[in-house]
Amino acid sequence: MTDAPKRTPLYDLHVELGGKMVDFAGWEMPVQYPMGIMGEHKQCREKAALFDVSHMGQVILRGDNVGEKLETLCPQAYATLKEGKARYGFFTNEDGGIMDDLIVSNAGDHYFVVVNAALRHQDIPHMQANLDGVEVTEIFDRALVAVQGPKAEDVVGELCPAARELKFMETAIAEIGGVECRISRLGYTGEDGYEISIPEADAIRVSKLFLAHDDCEPAGLGARDSLRLEAGLCLYGNDIDQSTSPIEASLAWAIQKRRKEEGGFPGAARVQKELAEGAAKKLVGIKPEGRAPARQGVEIQCAEGNTIGAITSGSFGPTVGGPVAMGYVSAGHGEPGEKVNLIIRGKAQPAEIVALPFVTQNYKR
Amino acid sequence: MATYYSEDHEWITVEGDTATLGITQHAADQLGEVVFVEQREAGDEFEKGGEIGVIESVKAASEIYAPLDGEVIEANEALADNPGALNESPEGDAWIYKIKISDASQLDDLMDLDGYKALIG
Repeated sequence: MTDAPKRTPLYDLHVELGGKMVDFAGWEMPVQYPMGIMGEHKQCREKAALFDVSHMGQVILRGDNVGEKLETLCPQAYATLKEGKARYGFFTNEDGGIMDDLIVSNAGDHYFVVVNAALRHQDIPHMQANLDGVEVTEIFDRALVAVQGPKAEDVVGELCPAARELKFMETAIAEIGGVECRISRLGYTGEDGYEISIPEADAIRVSKLFLAHDDCEPAGLGARDSLRLEAGLCLYGNDIDQSTSPIEASLAWAIQKRRKEEGGFPGAARVQKELAEGAAKKLVGIKPEGRAPARQGVEIQCAEGNTIGAITSGSFGPTVGGPVAMGYVSAGHGEPGEKVNLIIRGKAQPAEIVALPFVTQNYKR
Repeated sequence: MATYYSEDHEWITVEGDTATLGITQHAADQLGEVVFVEQREAGDEFEKGGEIGVIESVKAASEIYAPLDGEVIEANEALADNPGALNESPEGDAWIYKIKISDASQLDDLMDLDGYKALIG
């Protein structure tokens, strides 16, 4: 990417807070603040943390039967998604691979979609080309801020009582600091919390209102990654991509029963076949026994010494207090408790396959 | 006793033909919080520019490169249990190796403190 990285509406706040800025998917984003990744991670698990996620694509879909039309691109039951509800999903390709993952919300008179930063350029044209009669509008004038953690309800609720009424995966329009925001109770950390779409002119002011709470501190992309990994949540480009199917990625839970049975989405034949017969590989949690983190690309060997897969995400889990990883293992492997070896810098390091997530998800259902 | 610095952000304090080697505070700050250090064992020989260990932070793994030819006399075992010490006292208690220097003339290729300060700005 030769273009200068873009800046979100919160850029000046990041600099003011001492954020260490890095280029991420073409955006100048804070990887951490002076507190550091470990501290920010624990802040989010124990209290509340504020993340700028404005680099993600916010899209408005307007038209008739948008939910039905989205079902032609996604294996999710978006036709029956009730007003005020949000649902995780993904675009699949004709081969049953995952083009991107996303969150779709039924906002009543429109649908609100959030897609990955790096895939905005793919997803917007994809929807424009394939959703007949739907007006697809990318939003450029709103920030997206996540407030996550067990204290998130207090941090946001003190400014916006309506936020307390939302349950996990519910969304509403509400006023925060005198400005109308879209507030959705969801996130990417495994904790309770919100993602809040704020008009860009008010984004720093509203973020500072959250940060004024004693229990809320800013956190960067570093903590966001270690939090989502401990929570067993996939990162597009690492754990899922155009070649991996939702079944391989252990995302069958995100495909509703009717869609599994009826199909009618790109690549349905592969997905239904894998549901019936099993997939060639599957994404699992992996806990190294030693202290060495196993990074993306590390080879996984079974106890007999044959290669059975590779690590797709791996880091140190601050809450777990040791290394954590996810990776794909071939069919016949992957039961929790199975002993494997990870080939780190040429040496076999013992590890165990474990059930995901590494930490208990703490959602407000 | 004299201390030298490498372009790879290591310090090396020399006493006769032995030395203590570690990473600089600047390097530690750049790495972020260290969670794991992989070290060579006593007796391992190495060549200038060769990889002599790995430091892992939450985000990434970074190699340690030998600033000169030598042999490991002792690895600082305290780092195995407390890798975070590398963030707190990288130029003190959290040294990485005691080494035997093979070719003292290679010290001439390293920087003194002023040179290193100029490098990191």
